[in-house]
Amino acid sequence: MTTAVAAARRVPVPLLVGVGLVVLMVCLPLLNLSVPGVLPTPTYQPGTLALLSLAMIFAALALSYNMLLGTAGMLSFGHALYFGAGAYGLGIGLENLGVPLWPGVFIALIGGLVIALVTGAVSMRVSGIPFAMVTLAFAQAGSVLVRRNSAVTGGEEGLSLNTDGVPDWLVGVVNTRNLYWATLAVLVLVYLVSVWVDRSRLGHLARATRENELRVRVLGLEPSRARLLVFVIAALCASLVGVAYMLLQSGTVPRSVSTDLTITVLVIVVLGGVGYRWGAIVGGVVYTILDQRLTVLAGSDAIASLPSVLRVPLSEPLFILGVLFILVVMFLPGGIAGTVDSWMSRRRSGRAHGAPVVSDDAPAGRVEGAEQVLETAGQEARS
Amino acid sequence: MSTLVLVLLTGVGLGALYFLVASGLSLIYGLMHVLNFAHGAFLTLGAFMGFEVARRLDSTSWWAFAVSILVGGLVGAGVAALTELALIRPLYERHIEQVLVTVGLAFAAVALFEGIWGSDPIYIQAPAWMRETTGVLGAQVPNTYWVLMAAATALLISLVVFLRYTRFGTIIRAGVENRAMVTALGIDVRTAFLLVFAIGGSAAGVGGVLAAHYTGYVSAHLGSTLLIFAFIVTVIGGLGSLPGAAIASVLVAVLQQFANYYLGGTGDIIVVVALAGVLLVRPSGLLGRRFA
Repeated sequence: MTTAVAAARRVPVPLLVGVGLVVLMVCLPLLNLSVPGVLPTPTYQPGTLALLSLAMIFAALALSYNMLLGTAGMLSFGHALYFGAGAYGLGIGLENLGVPLWPGVFIALIGGLVIALVTGAVSMRVSGIPFAMVTLAFAQAGSVLVRRNSAVTGGEEGLSLNTDGVPDWLVGVVNTRNLYWATLAVLVLVYLVSVWVDRSRLGHLARATRENELRVRVLGLEPSRARLLVFVIAALCASLVGVAYMLLQSGTVPRSVSTDLTITVLVIVVLGGVGYRWGAIVGGVVYTILDQRLTVLAGSDAIASLPSVLRVPLSEPLFILGVLFILVVMFLPGGIAGTVDSWMSRRRSGRAHGAPVVSDDAPAGRVEGAEQVLETAGQEARS
Repeated sequence: MSTLVLVLLTGVGLGALYFLVASGLSLIYGLMHVLNFAHGAFLTLGAFMGFEVARRLDSTSWWAFAVSILVGGLVGAGVAALTELALIRPLYERHIEQVLVTVGLAFAAVALFEGIWGSDPIYIQAPAWMRETTGVLGAQVPNTYWVLMAAATALLISLVVFLRYTRFGTIIRAGVENRAMVTALGIDVRTAFLLVFAIGGSAAGVGGVLAAHYTGYVSAHLGSTLLIFAFIVTVIGGLGSLPGAAIASVLVAVLQQFANYYLGGTGDIIVVVALAGVLLVRPSGLLGRRFA
């Protein structure tokens, strides 16, 4: 009861903050703000807008991945496959089929959906760690297909966007603003889908399955269909983000279907906090800006003058991010959002002397829950 | 006929390479339920260290080759043991976090290797015999494949002997079977964990040196590609089953080579299709006993 009351009382604040942030983000291209050290140029110039758009792409992709890992507790290493399906689907639709933008987007999304249905249904024959390995194998096959069929996908060179079918207001550096707004719209859309999944019966079932699959089965519910549905919805969102990425970058390279990208998204979600929607967004933004800043730092004189023992690791942004990731997993299990959340609830409970507030967003025992599922499945099969 | 023999034997040789990587993965998963993404990094590091040592000696001589194998194995074992102690052990029983940590390690390691050795492949030298071929039934099989087969056979035999006839081997086998019971009998399985990691790491390190001779170069991404095939092999063979990994390695690699030769380079795709097929028919893998 306390939980429900507390949740009802708290809803307006995050909602207001969210709406406020979106309004701020919408207005950003019209403002002249400078954040030295974080953003490369004032906010109305293409440099910063492109960086922020990329950050939103990663944030949206991380949100879709969070549906899998956070809500359904599925560790997938193949999420990039659906992102790539969106990006390449749009590119191929415009280039080879010669369709206009919107049918192209439709083709890309349908393509992503079909691939997700087939690969999802097969990989869900196993769960837990073997599931991770199988999704990895599928993504690898996709990556190989893209690299091999260079006639269609451009191979290692990548595929550039054929802008004949794209409306003029979405093409070129001059229109970075419009692309920025389009990306923001995609991010908001993915966020709303994510909220809907989390609050729907589907999301409840997926979460319950994550915690204890056996019990869900005993209750007479069918967990595998719910899991597949969450998987497909997450994949479809990733395809949509891929479409936005293709438009934003006016092209794509094989890296967008590679395991590297999935791992990048996994790093973002874990840095931000598994199971927290706003964590995924913060993670995406922090990661993109950190990556960009560390690359600038890597080329700086301060680094070049260091002895090679320090210079070599520090000039590799991915090395620093990898180490940061390990540290977060080992010492900050909730990521950024989890740490902030537990700090806030500790303060709140200290003030109210009440029972600890448990929001439906809090991942207490989230990952351990997945463990229990694995363990029970193992014991069940052993006995 | 000679083409058939050639494709078959190169398939077995490639399978031997897969087994060098997959055996460690399978043992580690079987005992600890850890999916070790950093296994590819152990392999790459072994390859680079072997290359550095061979370069400083006379890289076309046999003893430099032997020393590079030894160094690759030792480096792999050392790094794997360190990983277990520093990263895996503190996260005892939290399997998803353990996977994440090894993912982070692999991520950081590849970047570090690129920083040290650059992102382009470095072509390596080998004893002259390794560059030649040996005729079998009219097929000219490159000698590297024989070395791979010999190494994998030696590894398989020594692992089987170790697991069957030593005290630690018995503990590891029992641990794979039922770890809770082993712990309840008062045996500290943590030593076995460390040992399994070190064994897997050394196999990967040796595999790295040999993989470099197989491809002709070393690069920071050497391990990542092999790791994915090793994953496929362990799933097809049945997670935690050493004989399963051995059989699946050979089957997968032979299938891959045949598809590459006769079906126009579709080997990688065929392997994934085979994986999907095995999962649909037998989700626990060829020799896997439990539904994992």
